Amino acid sequence: MIARFFLAGFDRRVALALIAVLAIGTVVPLLNLMLPASHVLHVPDYMVALIGKYLTFALLALSVDLVWGYCGILSLGHGAFFALGGYAMGMHLMREIGPRGVYGHPVLPDFMVFLNWKELPWYWHGFDQFWFAALMVVLAPGLLAFALGWFAFRSRVTGVYLSIITQAMTFALMLAFFRNDMGFGGNNGLTDFKDLLGFNLQAATTRAGLLAASSLALALGLLLASAIVGSRLGKVLVALRDAEGRARFLGYPVERYKLFVFTISAAMAGVAGALYVPQVGIINPGEFSPANSIEAVIWVALGGRGTLVGPLIGAGLVNYLKTYLTAAMPDAWLFALGGLFILVTLALPRGVLGLFDRDARRPRTAAVDPIPKAAE
Amino acid sequence: MSPKRSDMRMPYPRRILGQLLLWISLCLSGQAIADAASLDQAIRRLGQGGFDGTEKAIGELLASGDPRVVPILEALAAGSLQVRKADGAIFIARQEGGEARLIDPLTGEVAGAASPGTMERVRMNNRLRRVIEAARGALTLRSPDPAIRRQAADALFRRADPDARVALEAALAAEKDPAIARRMREALAVLTLAGAAEEAARLEAVAVLARRGDRESLAILAPLAARGEGELSRAAEAARQAIEHELRLWEIGQNVWYGVSLGSVLLLAAIGLAITFGVMGVINMAHGEMVMIGAYTTFVVQEVIRAHMPGLSDYSLAAALPLAFAVSGLLGIAVERGIIRYLYGRPLETLLATWGLSLVLQQAIRSAFGPTNKEVANPSWMSGAFEVGHLAITWNRLWIVLFALSLFALLMTLLRRSAFGLQMRAVTQNRAMAGSMGIRTPMVDALTFGLGSGIAGIAGVALSQIDNVSPNLGQGYIIDSFMVVVFGGVGNLWGTLVGALTLGIVNKMVEPHAGAVLGKIMVLVFIILFIQKRPRGLFALKGRAFET
Repeated sequence: MIARFFLAGFDRRVALALIAVLAIGTVVPLLNLMLPASHVLHVPDYMVALIGKYLTFALLALSVDLVWGYCGILSLGHGAFFALGGYAMGMHLMREIGPRGVYGHPVLPDFMVFLNWKELPWYWHGFDQFWFAALMVVLAPGLLAFALGWFAFRSRVTGVYLSIITQAMTFALMLAFFRNDMGFGGNNGLTDFKDLLGFNLQAATTRAGLLAASSLALALGLLLASAIVGSRLGKVLVALRDAEGRARFLGYPVERYKLFVFTISAAMAGVAGALYVPQVGIINPGEFSPANSIEAVIWVALGGRGTLVGPLIGAGLVNYLKTYLTAAMPDAWLFALGGLFILVTLALPRGVLGLFDRDARRPRTAAVDPIPKAAE
Repeated sequence: MSPKRSDMRMPYPRRILGQLLLWISLCLSGQAIADAASLDQAIRRLGQGGFDGTEKAIGELLASGDPRVVPILEALAAGSLQVRKADGAIFIARQEGGEARLIDPLTGEVAGAASPGTMERVRMNNRLRRVIEAARGALTLRSPDPAIRRQAADALFRRADPDARVALEAALAAEKDPAIARRMREALAVLTLAGAAEEAARLEAVAVLARRGDRESLAILAPLAARGEGELSRAAEAARQAIEHELRLWEIGQNVWYGVSLGSVLLLAAIGLAITFGVMGVINMAHGEMVMIGAYTTFVVQEVIRAHMPGLSDYSLAAALPLAFAVSGLLGIAVERGIIRYLYGRPLETLLATWGLSLVLQQAIRSAFGPTNKEVANPSWMSGAFEVGHLAITWNRLWIVLFALSLFALLMTLLRRSAFGLQMRAVTQNRAMAGSMGIRTPMVDALTFGLGSGIAGIAGVALSQIDNVSPNLGQGYIIDSFMVVVFGGVGNLWGTLVGALTLGIVNKMVEPHAGAVLGKIMVLVFIILFIQKRPRGLFALKGRAFET
């Protein structure tokens, strides 16, 4: 029964992607740990960190695709959910430091000692337990998305307005987290992590393990997303994406469907953020910047929205380009990114994956177009 | 939006004193200056003949009317005027790094260092201090320049020096300017309250201070009121409450003004967007960059004028206005023809494409001009500030408010009264119908987008005066602008005006209580909640559209 639910949306492409993701998650750590540094196939440590980071970005892209590709909600605030998950994990990692901080305070993180705080704020309690932090990684973004969606979808805030609201949300969160009084480290964010579940974060084995965990999370996310998309619920989602009014008139409680997917997707983004933080070793308010959220959208658009697999490819491609260009030609990066946005929307409305479709030559169907001609 | 330094004018006493002396030397230099020899003699006599001799010498210095006398008298009062034992020459001594540096009292030049024991201080007593104070008062309070007299009176008000009383009373009797006379009376009132005057005189003084009604009078009245007994104390308490009440009102007024000022900035940033987004329905994320390009145009125009016509520097803004409109407007038309026209009816794609465009434009400007802030000077007619009651109003803010409002009026007229405006509204309302009436809708689209972008460019000219001109200039405004347009109601310029001013004032009213950042967050949250309630904004267009 459960197996059938999960396999309903399973097609060849998703299966291939799943295998590829899991293969990366096993082969890369093995090549890094088992082979000597001199070996041709040895994967250097920095590559492990990089690939691990890309995997979390791919999970973020997947979560954006779920709401944008299948539900028509262009969220410009998914970076916020990602960052919230990251902060939840970062808070746990801060508490893990314990008395080993610069100031050696047994409970308070360094920045609180520095700011002359006397005791832990209430919302920091519990984060010393991993299970609690893991719960918060999912709950914090999920609840925020639920609250925002609850209000927005019921008031029928749609399309561009919703995009702008989500952007305002992440902007407001960025301003809030920049404040020292918030108790999240202000400008500098949370950093100087030592270990996670007892494993030293600097150790190669831990990093390899984190990469494996990221690939596993991505694979599970892909499985979940394809299950949702392939289910009856997924069909309704596509219906309300293409003609919300009609779906509503047919008696579907549009708001609930949207709310469900939006919340799931936010939680997924939170998990991605939680896996991202230990691998890069820092989380700061810059992660909330509206630009980050929009960048995640372009990963999806480039790979092909509404395909589940495309966003993974898009996230990989754009981020590899970013890594390469910011090092080789820093000035060219924004030109390339900006150009990508324009090129993809004008010339590749179905993304890279659309190029490989057998029906790519056909004129665009209404299914890809968020606003069918009939509604104009 | 960080205010430039001219906004934060904090007059502190030392600077006023410096200005005072500068003013004196500037204004008195035209008067008869005693020949250097006799002045030099008089200075020498400051150190001769004990207290009487010093007093006599002060009188001679005063009689010379020379502005250079003031610093000498100040040094004398401060006890830093010293006599060289060897030859009786007078110097101003300044302690620097453990040794006394000698300064020639007339030229102000360093005349050498003093070894310990060779110098002797010119001795002072209270009588001499009074004489000096009176002399200084006579030099400044009776100056022919009203600005100096006013500053002298204000300085006395703050310093409450009982020694200056005689000079002040004399000056008051001679004063013709009623405004300065009032300030002198206020200074006198402070002296009266500080001294041991009769009850009636002190009550009178409290009344004078109550009429003045600013923070400084409050600081003087508060301790009197706190004494708690007697008629005087009651009067002071009443005056204090009246002043506080009035000051609160002024403070609200000041916040409203700040709000209007912020609102006009928001209006400037949003008004172009109100056309492209509101009228055309095009999400232009590169709108902020159009503003930024307008600001850079201003910078280029300023540099060109500085290099070739330095005399016209003050008017470079006027030259920049049409140019910024043209540059941003043409760019807008090119963008519409090149990108946006392929995306009509797909707002989310438009959003992404224009965001990409904004990245490209930012990087282009950064590559061309560098990442650092560019300095755009305030012309002289936009710098400085003036006061209305207790409101401090800076000229650049006032100009920007006026400019934003007139730009709004101009745009309204254009949309309502011109043929182009008519066509634009027709295309907005019903594209197919407008097309069949013979309106060339693609051209109207391009021109409308060009107009919106050009207006953004003009906004950039104004914003270059109050914000840092950097490649990131536009980013700071884009979210605010969308908030204003969405809050005010899409497709309605009046909504944009009301929305901008409301948000500006609300922001500034919240700010004193919550702080700048929290205030902004609260405004954002407020808008998010507001959109839930009224998804179409404050002034929604009436219509039967089921979906947009």
